[in-house]
Amino acid sequence: MGAATTRPGRLKVFLGMAAGVGKTYRMLQEGQAEAEAGRDVVIGWLESHGRAETESQAIGLEAVARLRVEHRGTLLEEMDLRGVLSRAPELCLIDELAHTNAPGLLHAKRHEDVTAVLAAGIDVYSTVNVQHLESLNDQVAELTTTRVRETVPDEVLASADELVLIDLTPEALIERLRAGKVYPAARVESALNNFFKIEHLSALREVALRQVAEEVEAKRVVGAAPITRRRDEERVLASAAPAAIGERLLALVEPTPASQRVVRRAWRSAQRLGTELDLLWVQPPGSLDDVSSEQLDALRRLAVVLGAHLLVEPSDDLVGTVRRVALERGTTYVLIGEPRRRGALQRLLRPSLPSRLLEALPGIDVRIVADRTRREAAPAPAAASAPPDVSSPFSPKEGR
Amino acid sequence: MVADVLVTVVPLVLVAVATWVVRGRRMRRALPPPGPGRVLFPFRGRELSIPALEAALRLARAEHATLVPVYLAEVPLHLSLDCALPRQSAVALALLDAVEQRARRFEVPVDTRIEKGRDARHALRQMLRHERYDRIVLAAETAAGGDGFTPAETAWLLANAPGEIVVLRPAREADVATLTASHAA
Repeated sequence: MGAATTRPGRLKVFLGMAAGVGKTYRMLQEGQAEAEAGRDVVIGWLESHGRAETESQAIGLEAVARLRVEHRGTLLEEMDLRGVLSRAPELCLIDELAHTNAPGLLHAKRHEDVTAVLAAGIDVYSTVNVQHLESLNDQVAELTTTRVRETVPDEVLASADELVLIDLTPEALIERLRAGKVYPAARVESALNNFFKIEHLSALREVALRQVAEEVEAKRVVGAAPITRRRDEERVLASAAPAAIGERLLALVEPTPASQRVVRRAWRSAQRLGTELDLLWVQPPGSLDDVSSEQLDALRRLAVVLGAHLLVEPSDDLVGTVRRVALERGTTYVLIGEPRRRGALQRLLRPSLPSRLLEALPGIDVRIVADRTRREAAPAPAAASAPPDVSSPFSPKEGR
Repeated sequence: MVADVLVTVVPLVLVAVATWVVRGRRMRRALPPPGPGRVLFPFRGRELSIPALEAALRLARAEHATLVPVYLAEVPLHLSLDCALPRQSAVALALLDAVEQRARRFEVPVDTRIEKGRDARHALRQMLRHERYDRIVLAAETAAGGDGFTPAETAWLLANAPGEIVVLRPAREADVATLTASHAA
C-alpha cells in the first residue's frame, strides 16, 4: 500500500528521560515486528550513535538514502524528505524528532518533516527526550543546569496517536553508560560528571513520567465522548471523567505573613499532584496601606519563584468571588489558612468561612492549612518547648 | 429560694470561668503581635547554621521584632530571572518551614521570603531593595566552606547595606549544628 490514501498517518512517539534509555532500540524493535507482520516499513532516519546493539536491530529494514548537504564547507547528512515521500512506505521510522535540519532544506525542523510525512498518509514512529519539549525546557534546564537548544512544540507530542515512555532507572542508565553502551569510552567520564548524575536523572525521570501521565489524562478526557453513545450509566461516567481527572489548586491568601505558610503548603500539594497552583486574594474595597502593599509584593515575588499564578480580585463578597474564580479556573481543591477566631455571637449569627465555602463550592475539596509549628510545640516536653538558654551563644549539636 | 438561685447561677459562673480559662490559654499559645522591627536573616544553599539562626531569633525576641528569613536563590545564566525555580523552591520552602518551627519556640513572629539573583550578591541586592529592616544577621562561611557567606560577600554587604549588620562566624565545624533541607522536610 502506498501513500495514495488521503487518511493522515498515525504518529507514535517513544519518549525518554535522557539519551541511552533505549528509545531508538525500541522503535526499531517495533518496526521489525511490523515488518514481520507484513507491513512495508522503511527507516527514514536512524541515529544509532555507533551503538552496536541499536545497529543490530536495524538489520533487515530498508533505509531511505540520506541527503548530503554542504553547509559552510562541512558535509552534513540529513533525512531525505522527498525520498521518503516518493518511496511512500506504510510505516517510516524517523529518529530524533527534535533535530534541527541543516539550512537550505525544505523545513527548518525535523518535526515539520514528520508532519509532512504524516500528511502523505504514512505512519511514523519517532523518538524524543523529555528535555526537548518546549514547555519543559526551562524546568529541565533548572533541574539539570543544562539547556538543550533543539526543542519540539508541545502540540507535536499532544497530536501523537500513541506515546510510549521508555523508562529506565537512573542507576541502570548510569550502568549502561559506564559499560560504554551509550557513548564511546572517551566521553563517559565527562558525561558522568555533568549531565548523567543520579539526581539529574531522577528529576528527569519524574518529569517524563508526569508528562506521559498528563498526555494519557488528556487523551482519556478527549476519548470519553464516544462512550456517551453506549449506555446510560456510561454516559454519566463519561461526562464526569474530565472533572474527576484534572486537578487544580486554589489557595486563598491575604497580604499577611501567615499567607506565606498557606502558599508553601499549597505549592507542595500542587507539586505532588503535578498540577497548577492559583493564589487568590479577594481584595476588600479601600486602599492598601504600606505594610499590606509590601506583603502583596512579597507574595507576587513568591508566586513567580514557585511558578504559581497570583490573582487579585477586588470585591467585598469573598465567598462569591472564590466561587466564580474556582469555576473559571477549573479548581478542584481550595486551601485556606486557619480562620480567625470569632466570638460566640458571631458564630451563632454567621457560619464559618470553611462552612460557607463548602456550601458554595459543591464537588470541590476545601482544606484548612493548620499552623504545624503549633502542633509540634504543644506535646513537646517543657525543656524542648522553652527557648534555649539565652546566655548560651550556641545550642548543642543536633543530629541531621 | 436561695438554694434554687445558687443551683442556677453557680453552674453558669463555672462555665463562664472555664471558658475564660480555656480562652486565656489559647491566647497565650498564640504568638504575640509582631512589633515594627524587622531582623533580616539571609541564607542560601541546602543547609543553614542553627547557632546563627538562634542568634537572630534571640535578637528578634529581645527587640520584639519580626524575623525575616530570606532564602537566596541563584538563577543560572541560561534561565530568565523571571522563571520558576521548582528545585530551589523545594529546598527553600523546607528550610523556611524549619526556621518557622524554631522561631515558634522563641515566640518570635516570622515573615518568610525568597529572593532571586544571578548570584548571592545580586540576590542580596534584591533583598535590600525589597525589604524594610533594622538589622541584618548573617552567617559567615566556616573554614571548611559550607553555605555561609564568603568574606567577599560579607564585605560587600557591609559596604552597601545601611544599618546594623551582625556577622556570625560559627565555631569549630564539629560543634556547629545545621538544619538541612532534608532534615527540615
